[in-house]
Amino acid sequence: MGEHSNDRKQPSRDGSLDSRRVVLDVQDLRVHYATPRGDVIAVNGISFQVYEGETVGLVGESGCGKTTTAMAILRLVQPPGRIIGGRVMVEDTDLVSLNEKQLRQLRWVKLALIPQGAMNSLNPVMRIKDQIGDAITTHEGRLPADVLKQRILDLLNQVGLPARVYGMYPHELSGGMKQRVCVAMAIALNPPLIIADEPTSALDVVVQRVVAQTLLDVKQRLGVSMILIGHDMGLQAQLVDRIIVMYAGNIVEIAPVREAFKNPLHPYTQLLIASIPSIKERKPLKVTEGLTHDLRNPPPGCVFQFRCPHAREICRALKPQLREYGSGHLTACHIYENAGEYERSAPIVTTATPSAALYAADLFKEVDPHGRAAS
Amino acid sequence: MAAPLLDIRDATKIYGGGLFGGRRVVALQGFNLAIHEKPATITTIAGESGSGKTTLANLVLGFLHLTSGQILYKGVDIAAMDARQRFEYRREVQAVFQDPYEVYNPFYRVKHIFELAIQRFKLARNKAEAREMIEDALRVVGMRGEEVLEKYPHQLSGGQRQRMMVARAYMLKPRIIVADEPVSMVDASLRAMILDIMLHLRDDYGISFLYITHDLSTAYQIGDDIYVLYQGLVAEKGETSKVIENPRHPYVQLLVGSIPVPDPTVKWDTNLRLPTEEEMRSSATGGCRFYPRCPQRMDRCLQALPPLYSIEAEHDAACYLYEAQQKAMLTGRTNAS
Repeated sequence: MGEHSNDRKQPSRDGSLDSRRVVLDVQDLRVHYATPRGDVIAVNGISFQVYEGETVGLVGESGCGKTTTAMAILRLVQPPGRIIGGRVMVEDTDLVSLNEKQLRQLRWVKLALIPQGAMNSLNPVMRIKDQIGDAITTHEGRLPADVLKQRILDLLNQVGLPARVYGMYPHELSGGMKQRVCVAMAIALNPPLIIADEPTSALDVVVQRVVAQTLLDVKQRLGVSMILIGHDMGLQAQLVDRIIVMYAGNIVEIAPVREAFKNPLHPYTQLLIASIPSIKERKPLKVTEGLTHDLRNPPPGCVFQFRCPHAREICRALKPQLREYGSGHLTACHIYENAGEYERSAPIVTTATPSAALYAADLFKEVDPHGRAAS
Repeated sequence: MAAPLLDIRDATKIYGGGLFGGRRVVALQGFNLAIHEKPATITTIAGESGSGKTTLANLVLGFLHLTSGQILYKGVDIAAMDARQRFEYRREVQAVFQDPYEVYNPFYRVKHIFELAIQRFKLARNKAEAREMIEDALRVVGMRGEEVLEKYPHQLSGGQRQRMMVARAYMLKPRIIVADEPVSMVDASLRAMILDIMLHLRDDYGISFLYITHDLSTAYQIGDDIYVLYQGLVAEKGETSKVIENPRHPYVQLLVGSIPVPDPTVKWDTNLRLPTEEEMRSSATGGCRFYPRCPQRMDRCLQALPPLYSIEAEHDAACYLYEAQQKAMLTGRTNAS
């Protein structure tokens, strides 16, 4: 899947499209969470596209806004969160402008979600056939029983589950099997886009691999586009075509996956890559510290300035813009954007203690309904 | 060599099958492990869910009792300790659990977990001294008391809460910390920090760890010895780098091969046969537990449990494939001497 990523034409910043069809176009999406002490800016005006048949990884630490982004795309942001602005175009429909009824018609048909801890999202008192059948009949109306049954059996087969799962209850299945049932539901109505939020995070590594390969397989056979949210860089390396790195509600880098691993541009991405525990070599642990700002009150300048080992005065004064450096490789960093000025600018000596740092980093959690999950 | 600090001998734990019948589940079978006072070490117990690793942690912590076998602490069986010994054991063997969200009582400020421990073990004579102890423990994990102690648990992140649990454990000046999946719910960038604190406690404070995890890559980064469990039995054990760089047991090979490689140019080896779901859940009744899933199974594997065979120094695997190798090694050794 990565082989053709180099000759593939990527969108340029001015929005001109490449030859492939855009399945999802997110423009300037903003999501805030209301708190008694001001709004937390969870997603701060991000823009990106997902093309037909590609898998895009959305990575970042918990609280960076990756799950919120997914929820906003699906219009599932729960109060106190709300979408402040932006557009989410799925094919030709702007989801942000739809009402609840219109949305319900589009969900599962245009885009499906495999939620975090999906295996706990199945209804424990419904048989698998009824849960999958429900999703189908809700959107397509009543179908003849034998047609519906065949369709469900086909779906189970597509994700590598035996036919006997059809009549089973969720508690009779292992975690990996439940997860694959969720994949089957996601592809039930053949949506052009699937959003998978940490689809394998609670599974053992062997089972994780089985589920991951199911996803890959489904993607290749159906040509569906996918957004894969996660923090396991190893899994991202194996599954995605392009990677989007988020930090404190902003996109700091977008790159083809090989580029991201071989030549990460943004210091935060570099840190992420460097802190992957390897089983190939024992290396000293990369301990990352520093202060993430209060998300209620973002500082002027770069969002990563407090944790960045390369921060200079210019990073405090001016917010770097996401710009393209090399084919399809975008980053928001002054080192590249204003190289000359950056060089002349004085380095910042960080004085933040690690404790202050982490304290500030997690203010966001108070209001993030998904912050509690293991990511 | 002096008696080990912690000596687990032939530990077996069977659930069910007692008075009320029910299915007997052998969670841990004939497990042996010794942790010595010096040097302090990080011993990893790895395996998938259901492998018995958490059962082992709970046995060591005294939450469960052995069906057979012994756990000795400083030469005394923990099941036969008197009150004073047990009190000491409870202080010297501490725990850090997987879920940093559930170990706190949401109604109390986080300082409560420290104060409770100080009261329980009568560590301080007065409030000032207690405060000093807490601050000192927090410093070890890179936190400051005034910033966190007065907060409620929900106001802290997972990483912070987990570091506070480590701080609490450290404050009691333990000899051993049983860490059950301490980083599996913490962000990647903060994971390194907690692992680093573990190394720091091992090297600078002489605290040994029983590191229970399913994540071989973190074990590889910090562990000294590793025991890989499969359905209650040790499949392979030895020096961490030997086991992970060159796994010999077919199960451990599958496990290591399934770790996603963080390099997009190295794709998963798709030739590796993945077991079907049925195979994963079934276990052979006699003989090797891995038989139903094993790509290299032989008829004899069904007849009796394979013992641990020595492959090289500090590296054993419970698989008949290495029987001949051990014999050759032993003869080689005899010839040489």
